[in-house]
Amino acid sequence: MIAARGLSIALADRALIQNLDIEIKAGECWAVLGRNGSGKSSLLLAMAGLRRPSAGEVRLRERSIGQWPRRELAKMVSIVLQDESADYWGSTLDYVMLGRYPRSRTAYSEDPALRNQALSLLGELDLDGHEAQPYRTLSGGERQRARIAQSLMQDTECLLLDEPLQHLDLKHQLAVMQALARRATAGRAVLMALHDPAMASRLCGHVILLYDSGRALHGRIAEMLTLNNLESLYQCRLEPADRSDIQVFVPR
Amino acid sequence: MSVNRRALVMLVLLAVPASLAIAVWNGSVDIPSPRLLAALFGGGDAIDREILWGLRAPRALSAFACGALLALAGTLLQALLRNPLADPFLLGISGGAAAGSLTGMLVGAALALQHVFAFAGAAFAAASVFAFSLRPSGWNAYRVILAGVALSAGFGAVVSLLLSLAPAAQVHGMLFWLMGDLSGATNPLPAWIVLGITAVLAQFQAAPLDLLALGDDKARSLGVAVLAAQSITFGCASLATMAAVLLAGSIGFVGLVTPHLLRLLGVHHHRLLLPLSAATGGSMLTIADTLARSIQAPVGLPVGIVTALIGVPVLLVLLARMRG
Repeated sequence: MIAARGLSIALADRALIQNLDIEIKAGECWAVLGRNGSGKSSLLLAMAGLRRPSAGEVRLRERSIGQWPRRELAKMVSIVLQDESADYWGSTLDYVMLGRYPRSRTAYSEDPALRNQALSLLGELDLDGHEAQPYRTLSGGERQRARIAQSLMQDTECLLLDEPLQHLDLKHQLAVMQALARRATAGRAVLMALHDPAMASRLCGHVILLYDSGRALHGRIAEMLTLNNLESLYQCRLEPADRSDIQVFVPR
Repeated sequence: MSVNRRALVMLVLLAVPASLAIAVWNGSVDIPSPRLLAALFGGGDAIDREILWGLRAPRALSAFACGALLALAGTLLQALLRNPLADPFLLGISGGAAAGSLTGMLVGAALALQHVFAFAGAAFAAASVFAFSLRPSGWNAYRVILAGVALSAGFGAVVSLLLSLAPAAQVHGMLFWLMGDLSGATNPLPAWIVLGITAVLAQFQAAPLDLLALGDDKARSLGVAVLAAQSITFGCASLATMAAVLLAGSIGFVGLVTPHLLRLLGVHHHRLLLPLSAATGGSMLTIADTLARSIQAPVGLPVGIVTALIGVPVLLVLLARMRG
């Protein structure tokens, strides 16, 4: 559905990603892992068509992403950014409703069906009862879930998320991951930057590992998340935890 | 729409004719209401008609247009720059107009030519800020603010220079212009035309302005043509400020305070905030100008003094009562 073809990204003459070829198909959930500054955010921004790569291209439905009109693109690809402004003065429900903008041309809809859809998304992310509360007054974790709800409201076939689990407690990390996994099961393509390999192996089928100097590995998560790969990725010693069904590594 | 918000909209809409009526009813010559009513509908005494249609109505309409333009510009700039302190005079447009207008006065140009000078100064300021802040990747709010502040400071120096060069007899008129004064505003039509155009253009940007609050990248990912929305917003704000400044000089405070007043009362969506700001700013300035004319009648005060003296306490009271 969405693919990187020979994608290279450089930031201030430093190669972050070189010649990356991946394709995320409908129904697949991918994680991007890497150390701070390894290029996870840059990759997501390029996949969303918000940054021009230094070489190669991102293709969406077999068309270069730069050729899609902004609004058409917004109906197909959504992105939750790592830093989003908290300067929104309206209610949390209104904030979520902004996700409808690409399809409605007005920012807010009085349509009861759409309002119910937004309310059920708030419920899915455990924000029941917060709909009338000003977005600005939500806590950090609640705000993060409201952002994800807005992104789900955008109802795109391709979901990009930059550290969707930031500010979230364990319960809500799982709630968000399950909400995203449900979208993948329903045929959406999901790509998210994460810092927790355990969470990735729990709910993602594929992974991209971003190393220094533009090198990247990618593939099925069971094959990629090995002790060797992760130790060289994070440059620290790890040891396997005793779990039979999935691979988990904790710092030693 | 909640009951409270509906009440607020009704109140603001009622304030428009009410403020205009108050402005027309009050003046240095006391005309009883029946005679004014007769004059209003084209009858009555010829002098009454002349006072009403020749003096008071143009003045009231000028004040309204001026306040509406400034409030609209303030609302647009606060959204564009994501800065609650943004106001129409941040961009150096009024500074440019002031430097131009005072130059015109100093060289003894006719009134019409003074307007040309003022327009040239304002247009130069707007174009400079535009050129400094627009980059292929988009607008940079910091560049807008820094360029505006730098230009304002430069024009401030020019204005001080002109004031110290000017003969004493001219300084009084110059000071009135600088403080904002509607006594020279006799033809409100151009300002109303600009108000109509900018208000309609701005209204089309209402939804994108809401989304721009989330940041440029986020707005872009939601399908907003960010560069176009920001350019139109900047253009509308500059045009509105220019029209207001050319009509009445630098009237402070209306553009800064009006949007905050409405936000404190719970209006956040630009779809509603933009028209309500224009209506509220217009009504406020109309009332303020009526007071400025009446307090020391027949000598008028600069309306800029009145807007600040009334506006500051009102905003502070609302701020104190705001929760959170």
